[in-house]
Amino acid sequence: MRRGARIGASLFPAAAALGASFGVLARTAHLDAAAAIVMSATTFAGSAQVAAVSVLGAGGGIAAAVIAALLLNARYAPIGISIAQSFRGSVLKRLAQSQLVVDESWALAGGGTPRFDKRVFLGVGMVLWVGWVGGTAVGALLGQAIGDPSAFGLDGAFAALFIALLATQLRGDRRIIAAVGGAAIAALLIPFTAPGVPIIAATVAVLAGWSRTG
Amino acid sequence: MTEAWAAVLAVGAGTAVLKAVGPVGVSGRSLPDRASALLELLAPAILAALVVVESFGSGRSLVPDARLAGVGVGIVAVALRAPFWLVVVVGGAATALVRLLS
Repeated sequence: MRRGARIGASLFPAAAALGASFGVLARTAHLDAAAAIVMSATTFAGSAQVAAVSVLGAGGGIAAAVIAALLLNARYAPIGISIAQSFRGSVLKRLAQSQLVVDESWALAGGGTPRFDKRVFLGVGMVLWVGWVGGTAVGALLGQAIGDPSAFGLDGAFAALFIALLATQLRGDRRIIAAVGGAAIAALLIPFTAPGVPIIAATVAVLAGWSRTG
Repeated sequence: MTEAWAAVLAVGAGTAVLKAVGPVGVSGRSLPDRASALLELLAPAILAALVVVESFGSGRSLVPDARLAGVGVGIVAVALRAPFWLVVVVGGAATALVRLLS
C-alpha cells in the first residue's frame, strides 16, 4: 500500500489541481461549496462530475445531468468486475474499498491483468481521493476569486493527463488496436450522441483487439 | 433540497453502485480467461476515447482549439518520460498560453 501511495503521490498535484478546477466549475454552475465537496467525496470521478455540473450550469436539468454522469461512470461496472477476485472480507469492507475505483487507481495497479496489485490500488486510490476532495474544497471556496477556469488551461491539462494515462497502457499490438479503435469510435460518435455515450461505445473496440488473438 | 443537491446525491448513489458491482457482487470468483482477455483491452480503449473527447469534444461537435497545444506538449512530455504532474502542468500552461495569445 505504501508503494501505491508513493505512485499516487506523483499524481497528487494533478488530482488536487483538477479537483480545484472542478470546484471552480461547480461554483459557476450554482453548486454551493458543500455540494461540490460532497460530490467529490461520494462520486470521486472527475469527468462524470465535470459533465454533471456543466449540464446543470447550461440548464439541462437534473435528469440529463445524472444520466450523462452515470453514462460516463458505467465503465466502472466492468472495471470493478475485472478486479473483483482481489476483494475479500465483509460486504461493508468491499463496498468501502470499491469506492476507490477510478481510472487511475485501476490502471496504475495493473487492473485487468494477472499482475493486479490490490495494495497499490488502495494506496493510489486513497492518495487521489484526498487530493481530489481537498482540491475541490480549495477550488469551490476560492472559485469566485479565480475567475474563468479555462483561462488557466485546465481543460487542456485534463486532455494531457489522459494522454499520460493512455501511454502507460500501450504495450503490445492488441492494446494499441483497442486504443485506436476506441479513439475512432469516440470521434465518429461525438457529433451524433449525448455526452458520455462516445466513451461507453468505445468499449466495443475491445472486440477488434480481441479477435486478433484468434 | 435544491436541484443541484438532488443531482449530487443521485450521481453519488448511482456511482457507488456501479463501482461496487464487481467487488461486492462478484467477489471470490474469477472470470473466464476469454473475458479477462477482453477486459484487459478496456483501459486503452476507454482512455483513448477520453483523450479524443477531452481534446476535441465540445458538446456535440469536434472543435480544434487551444486544448490541442496542451495535447501536443503533453505528448512530448510523455515521450520524455515526465512525471504525471509535470505533464498536466505543461499541458495546462501551453493551453493557457495559446488561449492568451489568440
